[in-house]
Amino acid sequence: MTAAAPKSKLVRSQSPEVQFRAVEVTLDAACVLRGVDLEVATGEWVNIVGPNGAGKTTLLRALLSLVPYSGDIIVAGLQGLRQRQQRRQRRHRQDCARKLAYVPQAPVVPPGMQVSDYVLLGRVPHRGVFAGETPEDIRVVGETLTRLDLSDFAERTVQSLSGGERQRVVIARALAQQADVLLLDEPTTALDLGHQQEVLELVDALRRERGLTVIATLHDLTLAARYGDRVAIISDGSVAVTGPPAEVLTTDNISAHFGATVRIIDDPEGPVIVLSTCSKRASQAPDTPKSHNGGPT
Amino acid sequence: MSTESQSHVSERSAGLNADLSADSTTAEATTHAPAATASLHSSGLTLGAVMAAVAAVLIAVSAGLAVGPVNIAAHRVGLQLLDALPAVSLDSGLSSIQIAIVEQIRLPRVALGLLVGATLSMSGAAYQGAFRNPLADPYLLGIAAGAGLGATIAITSNLGDGAGALDPVPLAAFAGALVSVAVSYLVGHIGGRSTASLILAGIAVASFLTACQTYVLQANSDAFRLIFSWILGRIATSGWSEPALLLPYFAITTAVVLRYRRALDVLSVGDEEATALGIAPRRVRLIVVLAASLGAAAAVSVSGLIGFVGIIVPHAVRLIFGSSNRVVLPLSVLFGAAFMVLADLAARTVLAPAELPIGVVTAFLGAPFFALVLRTSRREIW
Repeated sequence: MTAAAPKSKLVRSQSPEVQFRAVEVTLDAACVLRGVDLEVATGEWVNIVGPNGAGKTTLLRALLSLVPYSGDIIVAGLQGLRQRQQRRQRRHRQDCARKLAYVPQAPVVPPGMQVSDYVLLGRVPHRGVFAGETPEDIRVVGETLTRLDLSDFAERTVQSLSGGERQRVVIARALAQQADVLLLDEPTTALDLGHQQEVLELVDALRRERGLTVIATLHDLTLAARYGDRVAIISDGSVAVTGPPAEVLTTDNISAHFGATVRIIDDPEGPVIVLSTCSKRASQAPDTPKSHNGGPT
Repeated sequence: MSTESQSHVSERSAGLNADLSADSTTAEATTHAPAATASLHSSGLTLGAVMAAVAAVLIAVSAGLAVGPVNIAAHRVGLQLLDALPAVSLDSGLSSIQIAIVEQIRLPRVALGLLVGATLSMSGAAYQGAFRNPLADPYLLGIAAGAGLGATIAITSNLGDGAGALDPVPLAAFAGALVSVAVSYLVGHIGGRSTASLILAGIAVASFLTACQTYVLQANSDAFRLIFSWILGRIATSGWSEPALLLPYFAITTAVVLRYRRALDVLSVGDEEATALGIAPRRVRLIVVLAASLGAAAAVSVSGLIGFVGIIVPHAVRLIFGSSNRVVLPLSVLFGAAFMVLADLAARTVLAPAELPIGVVTAFLGAPFFALVLRTSRREIW
């Protein structure tokens, strides 16, 4: 697969916001990432897809310095993200947290903590951990809660919220960080269809409003095609294919990297990926090449 | 810094969006912000909560000074204490014997109760926050077993007899407690540095030290009574030496733990997310746990193993005032102090002239009270 021509929107940025160069991660003697190269432009939304255990989450964790890695991860405006080279560790950690905001797949819900306090945690990188919240922090959190329609929940505990509300609260905490890059690890996993749409639409709107760069891991390939600018398939610890959804999410690629037999239905908003059942596959077989070749014109 | 990044962001969004969405967002934000800001309050320490805690301490102190085998009116005790202040001269109407009872016997004992209670309950709250575990108490990393072994060795070797200058029992207990925490930390770090491995290491170290203690006890069964009474704990003083001994440790522990109260709140979202928010969870945990252990070891060495306070006071505070560490840690200091003074008051009056072991009283008073709070509170604390 050839590298895709960037969309017009992406041409504006001169240097990439995030750059992975030959990133390797070894965990418990197992090689999880073996040479990942990926560039994400400023303001771009890249979805990382791949089979279970391919290293999607590990890639985000490496970017956050949560796992040791070799190779280079270059983040615009952050000097030397490489671990253990930093003399002033605390300052460096704060800089990272101001630059990269992380929404984990299964966030830890602190017992008894109310929503406003939880979102205020996103201000820690700005005020420092020993200082109290400033009026600026209160203002940012107030605005964030209003923007995400969470004002009514401000004094409820995070525990008491439903899955969709909770996901919005975690995103609110990430937004309160006022970071340039938003990292989402499986943001739709525990959500029903309506809430999946709500969360991803919200991220899309926020990205446009605030010029955020978004890197998300997703399992649902149709969602990965519908939202965001580019898709990167990670397979066996490295980036196998990257480019616009319609070019990356093909039956061949999905078969090669996911071991799944699918049909692709063309749609103006992006390819729709549908599983083929074994019994019907034989009869559908003649269709497959046709849908494979068809792309958006 | 934050204003800089903000202008950066808005600049960028204006550049990216040719339409007016950036402008409309700003307009929306400004119209909604005042209302949102007005309704937003973080659950920090309220004046009412602090005043309630201070009132509890004052009541406990007055009761602790006024009640005893010799009847002394509480208001006279108050006058006498004011009189002791420089530049204040009041006539309390107390006899010189009564003054001696208040100032030489009851006051040091109340002071020790305050310090021990405050230290143990704050250490417990700090352990619970650092390990994110509601069952953590100051003895989690083997402090009780280490102190117990140290005290047992000191008592059985008859080091404690006649040595007027420096009682070796608290010294040995203090050393034992610190060694056990250090060993737990070293062993826990070998096992992968997670909080679970640290807790398991603490359990292993405690079991080992308890076994050692039992062995020493078996070999010296004549010392059984002495050791048993040490284990059950007591707030007993001979003048001001015990409170003076504990005071510096209490001060260090309080200063460090209270400084880290916000860091413990960040830690409550787990190590990984805390790291992503820019803090170093392992270092925060190490500092908080070492500070809490130092205070707890000092308290234990002076007063023996007083159980229950380190768990019950912080949880009662959480149930009543909320679970932010900004609230729980300072209020645990005050309520723990008040609770211990009242418990000691009960310990020395219920069976007077005999004294109940204070560990018995803390559980006997504390458990029903805690059950009541648990029953009536609507808060989800853990």
